Parts: sequence; structure tokens; C-alpha cells
Amino acid sequence: MSYYDFLFAIEVLVGGLLSGVMYSLVAIGFVLIYKTSGVLNFAQGSMVLFAALTFVSLVERGIPFALSLLITFAVMVALGFTIERIVLRPLVNRSPMTLFMATLGLSYIIEGAAQLMWGTQVHGLDLGIDDTPFEVGGILISSFDLLAAGIAAAMVAGLSAFFYWTRIGLAFRAVADDQFAALAVGLRLPRIWGTVWTAAGFVALVAGLLWGARLGVQFSLSLIVLKALPVLVLGGFDSILGAIVGGLIIGASEKLAEVYLGPFVGGGIEGWFAYALALVVLLVRPSGLFGQKTVERV
Amino acid sequence: MAVQALDAARVPIDWQRLALPAVLVVVAYGLIPAYASSYLVEAILLPFLALSLAAVGLNLLTGYCGQLSLGSSAFMAVGAFAAYNFNLRVDGLPLAATMILAGISAAGIGVVFGLPSLRLRGFYLAVSTLAAQFFVQWALTKFGWFSNYNPSGVISAPHLIVAGFPLDGATGRYLLSVTTVIVLTALVWRLVNSATGRNFIAVRDNETAARVIGVPVLRTKLLAFAISSFIIGVAGVLWAFTYLRTVEPAGFNLDRSFQILFIIIIGGLASMRGAFLGAAFIVVFPLVLSRLGAFLFGGLFDSGVLDMSQRIVLGALIIIFLIAEPSGLSALFDRLKRRIGSRSS
Repeated sequence: MSYYDFLFAIEVLVGGLLSGVMYSLVAIGFVLIYKTSGVLNFAQGSMVLFAALTFVSLVERGIPFALSLLITFAVMVALGFTIERIVLRPLVNRSPMTLFMATLGLSYIIEGAAQLMWGTQVHGLDLGIDDTPFEVGGILISSFDLLAAGIAAAMVAGLSAFFYWTRIGLAFRAVADDQFAALAVGLRLPRIWGTVWTAAGFVALVAGLLWGARLGVQFSLSLIVLKALPVLVLGGFDSILGAIVGGLIIGASEKLAEVYLGPFVGGGIEGWFAYALALVVLLVRPSGLFGQKTVERV
Repeated sequence: MAVQALDAARVPIDWQRLALPAVLVVVAYGLIPAYASSYLVEAILLPFLALSLAAVGLNLLTGYCGQLSLGSSAFMAVGAFAAYNFNLRVDGLPLAATMILAGISAAGIGVVFGLPSLRLRGFYLAVSTLAAQFFVQWALTKFGWFSNYNPSGVISAPHLIVAGFPLDGATGRYLLSVTTVIVLTALVWRLVNSATGRNFIAVRDNETAARVIGVPVLRTKLLAFAISSFIIGVAGVLWAFTYLRTVEPAGFNLDRSFQILFIIIIGGLASMRGAFLGAAFIVVFPLVLSRLGAFLFGGLFDSGVLDMSQRIVLGALIIIFLIAEPSGLSALFDRLKRRIGSRSS
């Protein structure tokens, strides 16, 4: 391998790692909800679409950037509490599969509603970040990706601090640990779930803005849920650290595989490679890299 | 087995229970072929039959054995493309043999993607079935051999001939479809009421407990994957050969998998009748909604709005059913029957 091939490989690797951060960004939203309520929220992708579409449509109607952001966040808060009230509360104590299927239905509703309200055309989204790649030691790095990675890191740090140093964060952890015990000591489950869904809505908003700036705001934005699922499986459904590491591994190996393995099988393997990789990891560790092992009782 | 045989001997034949199947046979083979319009057959009955069969297959895996699969339409695709290739490459292969071989191909792929179920539970398994969905669709698009090097990857149905009778007309295709569905449904019905069927249910209800009482859990799961994929594969053949006639791999996408999952949720998990009620609902519902929308809102209700409102209503129905009637249309049907029965007596 010559020096330039080596540089190229590094460049692919770095690009992959950075795009992996974008996957993690979506995956964190899943982890938040899974940790505290045991629900695999398939609607996370449609929430990303909903948030991005709402924000873009407000900006296009001449509302200032900051105000649009605020309104969109308010809408996501309302959405989170509505979902808790209408969908989750009647389904308390039902099997996780039932709840998953409910979020599948939910994703249909949110997607449909978002597009019915704001139309189906593609919107461009300019966050004012210029996407000119710059060079570090002969390797091209996209500044946009780097900024996205920074935002993701800040968000993870913020969420972790929130989880560990605030009262409500403590309540989150209590609920995640044992719902019945949490109820017994007087924690209000509905309010906590509403808050968690709001937090997930906030993550969806951030992910929606970054992905939207990348791909344009359109229906396919909700399909990033399919990119996030293998990340979750790889990292474990209930670990924020897992979502980050999983995202990095998936992002890097996916790009490397596409470049070095793709030509042998005709390319286009990005659609399923992540799943195959996640499966291989699962066969060795059935609850992901960082997921909690379930204890089985009869 | 011995106990079952004794049971069968002791119970007298229940004529009332045989009445409904008898009526269904008369309708399916007498009234519909004679009187149904070709629109009814082509646009409603053929997709209904293919989707019902796929739902019966998925219900076996998800409803009875408790293994959630999001890759059903991949197995339909395997069935359809396998049938096309067997028919193309083996001269004079009878249609029945083609369909069975297609089913076996789908079962083989099903077992391969079912293997993770030996280690994985719940969501981890559901996500791994998505691998089947994406991999199969990619392979069928990428390798031209599967579609006999058709530039757009499209396959067309061959002439359908059974025992010398051509079945290419709407009625012929309907008869082929309905017979396949009845035979396979009867077999599945036998299966779920057998010891194997009870093993499925034991694995679903509590895997660890099932293992403790001696159910061969691993074999049972793989068997469920194999049989379910076989049935879904044959449903794929019906979808491609009797309903659409020309299909492409993109036609078997994730939305189709969800559609089949929705059928068994709305119809009722672990219920044979539910698969049919759910499929009827899913096929008829968009037609009713578009008529209703056009009637209420006139020109405002264009195809884009229709598409979106269809998604919203479908999603809402899923949630409503999960909350209010977890056993689906099937349970609703039962309650209705009981109410009518109690009023008449």
C-alpha cells in the first residue's frame, strides 16, 4: 500500500466516523425513550422529519431563525406530552412488542400529519454553516461534519449531566431501573414519560436540522430511523455510550466496506451492510456491546 | 398423538361448525366464479387472497410463536423470483411443483435469517429480520440473473397451466389463488392444533418456561421460521403470478412488510380468521377512503392528500386496535356473533 492509498484509507475512515456521529445523533433519541420506558420508539425517525419540516416551513414563512426554533421546540413538547397521554398511558403494563407496534402506527400518523400540513416538496435548509472541506495533514475533512460531531458531543455531555446531576434526571434513572419501585416512592410516571418524550423530541429537532441541512428536508428524512436501528442493536438499546460507539463503528465500517468491499459485489451495499455487521456482533453479544443483560425468570 | 386420536373419536361431528366452511366453499367455488365482475376479482379478490396467505404465514411466526418479523415482503420476493426462475429454467415443470419449490426456497432463506433467533430476543430479533428485508431486495436488484437479465429487474408471470387447463383469465387465476389459499390454510390450521402448534405457543408465552418443561425451543423457532417463510413465499408467487403479473424487487419493500404486520394486528394475532379479516380490511379500506374523501371534499381531496390521510387513519387504527381491541377484528367478530346469538335465543 503506497502512502497515498494509506492517506485515502484514513480519509475514508475519518469521513465514516463523522457520518457515524450523525447516526448516533438519531440513535440517542431512541435510547432516551428505551431506557426510561422500555419502548423501542419506531416513530423517532418521523419525529425527526416532523421537527425539521415544521422548522423549515416556519423559516420560509419569514419567521426569524431563533423564534422558529423556539416555536418548533414548543411544538415538540406538546407532541411529547400528547403522545404520552393518548398512546402510552392507555398501554401501560402491556408487552414491549405491543408498544413497539403502537409506535409503528404513531410513525405513520406523524409522517402523514407532517406532510399533510406542510406539503411534500423538498425544502432546502441553510443553517449558515459553510461546507467547505479543509485539509489536515493531507486529509480532507468536511467542516460541516466536524461541527455536527461537536454538537453531538455537546448534546451527549449535556444529557449525561442532566441525567446525573438534576432531580428529574435522578427520577429518569429511577424509572429506568424499576418502574414499580419508582411509582412506590411517589414518582409521577406520566410526567416523567412526557418529559422523556420531550427530550427525545429535542434530540429529534437537533438531528432533523443537521440531517435536513445535509439532505434537504423531505420524506426520506424519516428513513434515517433505518440507519439508526443497526447502531442501536450494535451498541445496546439502553446505553447512550453504546449509541455513540455503535454509530462510530457503523459509520466507519460502512464507508470502508463500500470503498474496499463494494466493488467485488457490485456496490450499493450501504443499505444492508450495517445490519449484517450488527448481526455478527449480536451473535457474540446478544444484547449489544453495552446493553444490559436480561436475567431470565420463570 | 394417542390422546388426540381418542379425543377425535369421542367428540361427535359438530354439524354447526361445518356449516360455515361449507357456505364458504359454495361461495368461493360457485357464486364468485359465476357472478363476480372482473373488477371485483382483479382489484379486490386477488390481492386479498395473496395478502391473506402472507398474513397466515406471518401470524404463524409472530402470532403463534411470538417472533416479531419485519421482513415478510423479502420472503414474498424470494418466493416470487424463485418461482419465476424455476419455471424459466426447468422445462415442463408443473405449476404446483413450481410453487412448492418456490416455497421451499423461501423457507431456506427464512431459516438462514431465522438463525439469529436462536440467540436473540424481541427487538434485537425484529431488527435482524430487517437485514433480510434489505439484503434480499439488494440481491434481487443487483444480480441480473434473478430476473433473467431484464434491464429494469422486472419479472413477468408465465402462462399458468394446471393439468392442461389454461388459467390466465381473471377467473382462472382466481381459482388457482383461492385453491392454494384454502389448501395451505387448512394445513396451517392442522398444524396450530397439533403438538407442534402448542410448542409454538409455549415458546411465545414464556421461552424459559418452555425450555424447562422440555419443549425443543431452538428447533421449534427454526421450524416456525421455515413454515412461515414457506407460506409467505407461496403468497409471493400468488402476488406476482395471479395479481400483479409483472413485479420488480422494489415492489417488495419495507412498506409491504409493515402492511402484512398491520393485517395481523388489525385482524387479530394468533387467529386464523384474523388474517383474512385483516387482509379484507387492508384491501378495501383505501378504496372506501378515496370514495369517501372524494364525496366529502370533492376536488380538494387529490391523490397526495389521499395518500397522507390514508397513512394517518391507518396509523390511528393500529393504535386504537392495540388499545381497545388487542385481539383485533377477530375478537370483535366473536362478540358480535355472541350478541346476535343471545338475542335470537
